[in-house]
Formats: sequence, C-alpha cells, structure tokens
Amino acid sequence: MAEPAGTSGEVETEVMTINIGPHHPATHGVLRLVVDLDGEVVRDLKPVIGYVHTGIEKSCEDKSYWKVIPFVERMDYVSYFFQMEAFCGAVERLVGLEIPPRAKYLRTIFLELNRIHSHLVWLGTTALDLGAVSMLWYCFRERDRILDLFEMATGQRMHTRYFQVGGVIEDIPLGFEAKLRQFVADMPVRVGQYQALLDRNEVFLSRTKDVGIVSRERLLELGVTGPLLRAAGEPWDLRKAFDYLAYPELDFKVPVGTVGDNYDRYRVRVAEMVESVRIIEQALDGLPEGPFIADDRKYVLPPRSELSTSMESLIHHFKLVTEGYRVAPGEVYYAIESPRGELGCFVLADGSSKPSRVHFRDPSFVNLQAFKDMSVGAYVADMICSLGMLDPILGGVDR
Amino acid sequence: MPDAPGLELIRGEIEQDHPGAVLDTSFDRDQPTLVVDPAQILAVLTWLRDAPGQGYRFLSSLHAADYLPASPRFAVHYELLNRDRVERLRVKAMLADPGEDALPQIDSCVELFPTAEFQEREVYDFFGIVFKGHPDMTRILMPEDYVGWPQRRDFPIGGEPVTFTYNERNYG
Repeated sequence: MAEPAGTSGEVETEVMTINIGPHHPATHGVLRLVVDLDGEVVRDLKPVIGYVHTGIEKSCEDKSYWKVIPFVERMDYVSYFFQMEAFCGAVERLVGLEIPPRAKYLRTIFLELNRIHSHLVWLGTTALDLGAVSMLWYCFRERDRILDLFEMATGQRMHTRYFQVGGVIEDIPLGFEAKLRQFVADMPVRVGQYQALLDRNEVFLSRTKDVGIVSRERLLELGVTGPLLRAAGEPWDLRKAFDYLAYPELDFKVPVGTVGDNYDRYRVRVAEMVESVRIIEQALDGLPEGPFIADDRKYVLPPRSELSTSMESLIHHFKLVTEGYRVAPGEVYYAIESPRGELGCFVLADGSSKPSRVHFRDPSFVNLQAFKDMSVGAYVADMICSLGMLDPILGGVDR
Repeated sequence: MPDAPGLELIRGEIEQDHPGAVLDTSFDRDQPTLVVDPAQILAVLTWLRDAPGQGYRFLSSLHAADYLPASPRFAVHYELLNRDRVERLRVKAMLADPGEDALPQIDSCVELFPTAEFQEREVYDFFGIVFKGHPDMTRILMPEDYVGWPQRRDFPIGGEPVTFTYNERNYG
C-alpha cells in the first residue's frame, strides 16, 4: 500500500501556474497576472495588459489640438491634471507660447492638489488590501474635499478640462481661496492621523517592511521613476531637475527612502502629500495678479464678452472653434513629474490643425516592468502588497 | 540640453568612432536630435551611454512615429537623459517601408536599456516595426490575434467591429 501523502517526511512541491485577474479587486484595475507558484512562493510572474486599451493615441490624431485635451485626460484617470499639463505644455512648446505667471501658479496649485488626490486613492486602496479597511474611508473623505475644490473651480469633479493651451480656462472663483486654505490647514493633521493609524500598526509593518526590495541600480535600468525610485534612495524629481511651471520659485523637499522596501514606498508617498500641501500654501501666498491665459488670439479663444462687440474676436473665435489652429511642423517631448513618475508627452506636428502623433510615456506602463523583480521569491500575499505599492493605473498602462 | 554647437561636437566625436553613423542633426525648439543610421543604432546608443563625458544612461522613452508620405517613412525615437547634467538628447532612426507584407526591422536595445522591453513591444504592436533580438516580440496592448498595425497613418480610424452589437443593430 502506498503511504498517505504527507507522511514520508519530505514535502513534495510542484510549480503551479495560476491566473490572477483580469477582474480582481486586488489588481487595482483590469490587470491579469500569470503567476508560477511553488507552494505559496512566487517563482515567475508575467503581467498581461491591454484589456482597457481604447486607442486614445490614435483617436487624438483625428482631433484638432484643443479637442485632444479631454481625450488624454482619460488615460490615467486618477491624475488627469497631469495628462493635461503634459499635452498642453508640449503644444505650447511646439507653437512657442509663453503662459502668464498667474496661469503657471494656478496650474501648479491644481497639479499638487491632484497629486494629493492620487496619493489618497493609492493609500486608501493599498491599505485596504492589507486589511486596514478604515483607511479607505478616511482617505476618501479627504479626497472628496479635493474633488469639491475641483468642482468649485472647474465645474467637474473628474476630467475637468481646466488647462488650456496658453493657460487655464477660467480664473478661480470667489471663495475658492478660503476653502483651499481651510483644506491646506487641515491636511497635515489628517496625514498625521493616517500615520498614527499605520506607522505603529504591527500587521501593516510586518506586511510591508523588507518586502519587495529592488536595488536602486536595477530600478534605474528598468526606467522606473517617481516615488518608487525615490524610496530606493535616489533623489530624482523632475520638478527639481527641470524648470517648468512655478516649481523653481517654490521651496519644497524631495522625500527619499533608504531601503527601498514597501514601507519606504509608503513613507515617501505620505511625506510627498505634506510637501504638496506646502507647495500649495506657497503658491497661494505668491499667486500673482494678472491674466490667467495668454493673450494670443491665434491660439487662445477671445473672452466671451468681446464676441458681441468685436468683429475680429468673432472671426478668431470662429476660426479656432471650427478648424482650430495650425502648428508648424516639428516634434516635442515634454516630461513632468506625475504622482507615479516621469509622464512624458511626445507630439509630432505636420503643419495641419491636427497632431500627426501623440504619444504618452506613461509611468505606470514603464514601472510595471519592475513588478517581477519586486515579487519573485516572495509570498503571493506580498506580491499583492507590492502591486499596491507599485500603484499602477491601468487606464494609463493601456491607454 | 546640449546646445546646437554641443550637438555638433557629439556628432563629430561619434563620427570618429563610427564613420557614417550620424546622418543628420537638428536643433529645433530647444530640443537636440541626432538622426542615426538604423544599422548602427546600437553602436551609437552604446557610445552615448558609456563614452566618458557623455553618460546618457537613462532611456526616458522609446516611441515611434509614422511620417507618411515622407520617405523613409517610420522613425523610432529614443529620448535619452543624462541625469547628472540634466540633459535630454533625442536619437532618431529613420526606417523605410520595405513594402507589402515585409516589416521594417531594427536592432533591439533591451540589452542596453532593459526599460525598452515593454516599449519596443508597444512600437511593434502599433507600427509593425520588428526589433531584432528582443526576447519576446509579441503584441502587448492589442489582442494577440489582431491583424494590422493600427498607429500607422494609413490605417483608418473607425470601422472596428464591436463584440456587443445590440445597440449598433437596433439604433445604429
């Protein structure tokens, strides 16, 4: 008679290939993972993507420049202001349009609000994966206040289409500043509360510390940027490195980690929220007076009030809305620091009023390549934790 | 960014080691570009990465564009970054369309820059540009049984059959 399994004293394991996703709550979107498991240990891993590919880049080629803006916003649906800034900034560099100082500051304020919003969504959902269910409610409470601010200034809670080529569409409304100052005053306290909930939470610490470590050199080889790279100790931030918007005039720090594990990734993002609050505060204090959009009628819509009094404005309005403006042939790559890393936009103009190629270098797409290095050799449960800490937005990965 | 004379210096130095590798340079809207012979793309990228005084060790982005009706038609763009000097440099390899069913080919730079793996697959997926030596040259975003190269300029927009056609049938 054969011995019953498990009595011979030697554990026999067999590598098993399982499929996680594409529709799984822990994959943070429509991501499929083909995982080779040896018991509970991940031996190999392959992300399969493309489930929410909607051909946005192709659609952009059929739209005049100003109509592209709402399309690109829908790629990475959590950091829509960043997509707008990448595209509008690229087109401004193509046509050589300088944006007024007030627009620079307003853009900076909304970008940093969006960064906090994005990190809150990340913190809430990732903590939820690790069993800290209440974090979701606390994070989404503050996120809702940011969405309220977006709604007040732009009319939309998400996908606001607020940035225009040349500036922003409208000035901030009366009362917005007071509401934003209230939020800015509250937010550091809230961040402190999140830290009080998580920083000494034994379950959270043992799930994140020394998990998912990838060396700084390997991350750089893989093209990983953003909080993931900074958590490994590399102080690389495009806001500091390159001169764009109001960042050179503002004082802020770049938080970095030491070990590069999931705990450092959490700490870096939480610290970034506080730095973003500081940036908003300074930008509000230094918000210059003046126009909020460039005064170049060849690219920017004339004010509504002029349409009934000025024939020229009416002609410009008509030309801009029907055909759009033409852009001289050329190509531009413009990269900004999104909540996930380097978000680059490549625009190729062929002289017509539609871009001939729009390409987004999405940080989620590139960072996802590091997921295998983060997970192989660890437990399945740690893989889920690493995926949360990687913070991919599948809309941005698949575009 | 290297300025226009700096770009010519880089070109001159590459010419010494790899004659004929750089076909053209352009300095447009403050962005320097080297147009490189696609057959020598790896030699140029390796030189830019490793030669002393260069150090373009970070590949920010790899993407392609279709310049139809220009000839050669396709281009693969390498957005290189020197993180010490905070300088960007674009390397561009123009590829002719070999016609009919043949696909344009270029060497893969995954060995030099592992970050290019997904991005080269994306270029293959959308433009049908084959990267020789890539470990897994398959489609990445489109379905694996998809026919055609959707980001090419002569690929029509629309007309994509929809799986769930109830609305199209009844209200389209």
